[in-house]
Amino acid sequence: MSGFLKLLFRNRLAAVGAVIIGLICLVALATPLLPRADPDVPATADRFQRPFRPGHLLGTDHLGRDLASRLLWGTRLSLAVGVAAALIAGTIGSTIGIVAGYFGGRIDNVIMRGVDMLMAFPYILLALAIVAALGPGLMNALIAVAAVNIPFFARNIRGVTVGLAGREFIDAARLAGKGHTRIILTELLPNVASMIVIAMSTTAGWMILETAGLSFLGLGSQPPVADLGSMLGEARAALITSPHTSVVPGVMIFLIVMSINLLGDGVRNALDPRLRSGALTRPRAVTLVERRGAIPAADQKGLLNIQDLETQFHVGDRVYRAVNAVSLHVNPGEALGIIAESGSGKSVTALSVMGLVASPPGVITGGAVRYEGEDLLAATYRSLREKRGDKVAYIFQDPLSTLHPLFRVGDQLTEAIQAHHKEPDDAARARAVELLKAVRIPNAESRIRNYPHQMSGGMRQRVGIAMALANDPEVIIADEPTTALDVTVQAQILSLLDDLRRERGLAIIFITHDFDVVAQLCERVAVMYAGKIVEEGPTGAILAQPAHPYTRRLMACLPELGGGKRRLAAIPGLPPVVSDLPPGCAFAPRCDKATAACRAGEIPFDGDAAHRVHCLHPEFAPMEVLA
Amino acid sequence: MSALDVTELSKTFPVGGGLLHKPGAVRAVRPVSFTVETGETLGIVGESGCGKSTLARMLVGLIEPTTGQIEIEGKPLDNADAAAFGKLIQYVFQDPVSSLNPRKTIRQIIEAPLKYLHGMAGDVRAGRIAEIFASVNLREEFLDRYPHEFCGGQAQRIGIARALAAAPRIMVLDEPVSALDVSVQAQVLNLMADLRGQFNLTYLFISHDLAVVEAVSDRIMVPYFGSVVEIGRAEDLFKTPRHPYTNLLADSAPVVGRALTAPEQRDTELPDPLNPPPGCAFAGRCPRATERCLTAEPKLRPLGDDQLAACHHPLD
Repeated sequence: MSGFLKLLFRNRLAAVGAVIIGLICLVALATPLLPRADPDVPATADRFQRPFRPGHLLGTDHLGRDLASRLLWGTRLSLAVGVAAALIAGTIGSTIGIVAGYFGGRIDNVIMRGVDMLMAFPYILLALAIVAALGPGLMNALIAVAAVNIPFFARNIRGVTVGLAGREFIDAARLAGKGHTRIILTELLPNVASMIVIAMSTTAGWMILETAGLSFLGLGSQPPVADLGSMLGEARAALITSPHTSVVPGVMIFLIVMSINLLGDGVRNALDPRLRSGALTRPRAVTLVERRGAIPAADQKGLLNIQDLETQFHVGDRVYRAVNAVSLHVNPGEALGIIAESGSGKSVTALSVMGLVASPPGVITGGAVRYEGEDLLAATYRSLREKRGDKVAYIFQDPLSTLHPLFRVGDQLTEAIQAHHKEPDDAARARAVELLKAVRIPNAESRIRNYPHQMSGGMRQRVGIAMALANDPEVIIADEPTTALDVTVQAQILSLLDDLRRERGLAIIFITHDFDVVAQLCERVAVMYAGKIVEEGPTGAILAQPAHPYTRRLMACLPELGGGKRRLAAIPGLPPVVSDLPPGCAFAPRCDKATAACRAGEIPFDGDAAHRVHCLHPEFAPMEVLA
Repeated sequence: MSALDVTELSKTFPVGGGLLHKPGAVRAVRPVSFTVETGETLGIVGESGCGKSTLARMLVGLIEPTTGQIEIEGKPLDNADAAAFGKLIQYVFQDPVSSLNPRKTIRQIIEAPLKYLHGMAGDVRAGRIAEIFASVNLREEFLDRYPHEFCGGQAQRIGIARALAAAPRIMVLDEPVSALDVSVQAQVLNLMADLRGQFNLTYLFISHDLAVVEAVSDRIMVPYFGSVVEIGRAEDLFKTPRHPYTNLLADSAPVVGRALTAPEQRDTELPDPLNPPPGCAFAGRCPRATERCLTAEPKLRPLGDDQLAACHHPLD
């Protein structure tokens, strides 16, 4: 709660709104205690007094009633009606929305079509019709305003509920013996409550305005009782001769609606999880590079050469050191595997290469990434953009989220081609068909017109690969490209990548957690743990004799097919959080060979350029293995 | 007496339909029958769309079956009432974080089955929760935290604790470790093996990872396109598969030292559920398919010791 208030008041406009509406509410609440004249007693002798007269601070209206007094009572009434309408509409609308969203199917259909019908009428006509049917009066105006706003709540809350009702915790609650009512009240409601508050806070001002509108037309509060709308309505006739009678309630309506809206927007920004997670902060087009220390000199290794790369995330005052002094290179026609678990910095390493880490919060704080000798971290956005997809291309894990759902795959492919090469549409299209054939998609000519959702996961990933190949890149960085796929499809995709590498001399960086996959595809492998490379060398040597205890134990965790029923080896403990890395070896707390020295200082590399290990107590001396 | 007896269980989902279209039907699970003995782990391994999740959800009563019967320890269960099922059979979900309500403390989550399934009073509950929490190796101080404070492995243990709290006879484990890191995966698998012995549980273990299924199961069932194509002892099934599909699965699994070749033609497409092929659903991908496979649907029949396969031309 205090976190919410802090977030809310960080937004200056919301804070201004909160202060204004707070003051207005306070005055409205205190009105009966204030020594003001009776607002409803006419004194025709004092008609249309100007403001700032003794006894009448804001002047008087057409019946000589004190405007200040009427304003206070009117504000009180308008606020009460507006808030009551918002509460009623919110409660009824949200109930309808939750019920429709939770039960779905026919119930949802019937309820929502009813709501749609309600929405098909222009809302002011609907409100007028309701008041006409019930008769004028503030209470009926309140009912009318609440009724026309129910659909808004129902639709919003239904949308949120549908998403939640499909979540597994609802199934879990059913299995725990909870009935429908209990699930709605104890499982769903706490999750949609913030949405209801958001919807209410953003519509309360609107409802005050609508009530004022009805009163203005004479359908709301009846004389002599004042609310802001009826005050405006009564002042209409004297708009020219005594403008203060309409300006006073007008300014108050403006202040109330304005401040409620500002506050409502602030509440929404503070509560909405999507906005809170930074959906409104647009990342820069290139990752921010703030290198401290010297830039490593070019050492002519490989086609793509990552040298002592350091990438961090700065969130608040915490620094997440995602990538620490990582050095890797890959040669043409070579496949390099990076093996690591989640949170080890493997994806961040990959994204840093082309400056694709979102900034903020990502910052590259050191090292160099050289492509054919050129430092990409120092490159201009223009030159980097020319290379993205053209020289270095990516394949991501989830093809459903990397392909645009609203465009045909063919259009997305041709766009990828035309972004780098000025080709006429039909040539680009022919090339797209050719690419789909290259990744062995059957009926490429007709498949090109498919939308991503019309394809299976395996087919979509092939489109992802086709897109990566579109501009004949020199390097492909594949981040868990087969993890989401079935084994039979995985086997096909892997052999496809292998063929491409042999046929086109592609360099592949293949990121995965699966040793078996790396063993089949890659010549060299690097193992990462907590943002560092702990071991690197030829795949055969590492698989046969892993030197780092982490490598050995990670391999032991992977069950191998054909081993029969058995207990699996586990590594006790959890990987460290990269905002709080221990000194020395990050694996030491989970390692059975760790000594005091492991926890003390930096661990130097052991071994030669071919097989390196970052360990004081390696399982084997890497030199021996080579010999 | 067997723990679980399933006869001719099937599920057909209506699809499409509307004002102008006649609704179609997808047979997500075709009639399947199998038994699981008490204390046994039956692995179910298959690819996406094979019907394994629909089958699992029917078994715990989250989906009402179209036909068929489920018997647990001799008691028939034929209403789709999750609470009635809950005391006998429980479910551990694939995504541990999404299966925990983000707005509830761990204590509230684990308490629910005790309260609503067993009607346990408050003071007894606290003791029982502590017991269950200890058995999944979690510290009691975690009870008053919220789900987002836990990483995958811990969250999955909480999911297991919730299932255990219902004191079920059978647990359906739906890809319980596929969202976890390799080094944590084994911790959870071993914990589940221990719990099975400790509480004399029967497991149905669903996964797409052949090696994991083989490591934890006594018997393995392979569904394809809604029907069971093969079922047999875990140690034999992938060594001597009888059904060409099981063989394809075994060949596709990446294994250290095996050369990288595509085990089947790359242009093969999966059968269309809206327009299912007559005969054997695998015929379109099968190197051994003949005329007969395109017309007659093969039935499960015994082939070798404790192994059944639904194939007209089984492998030797």
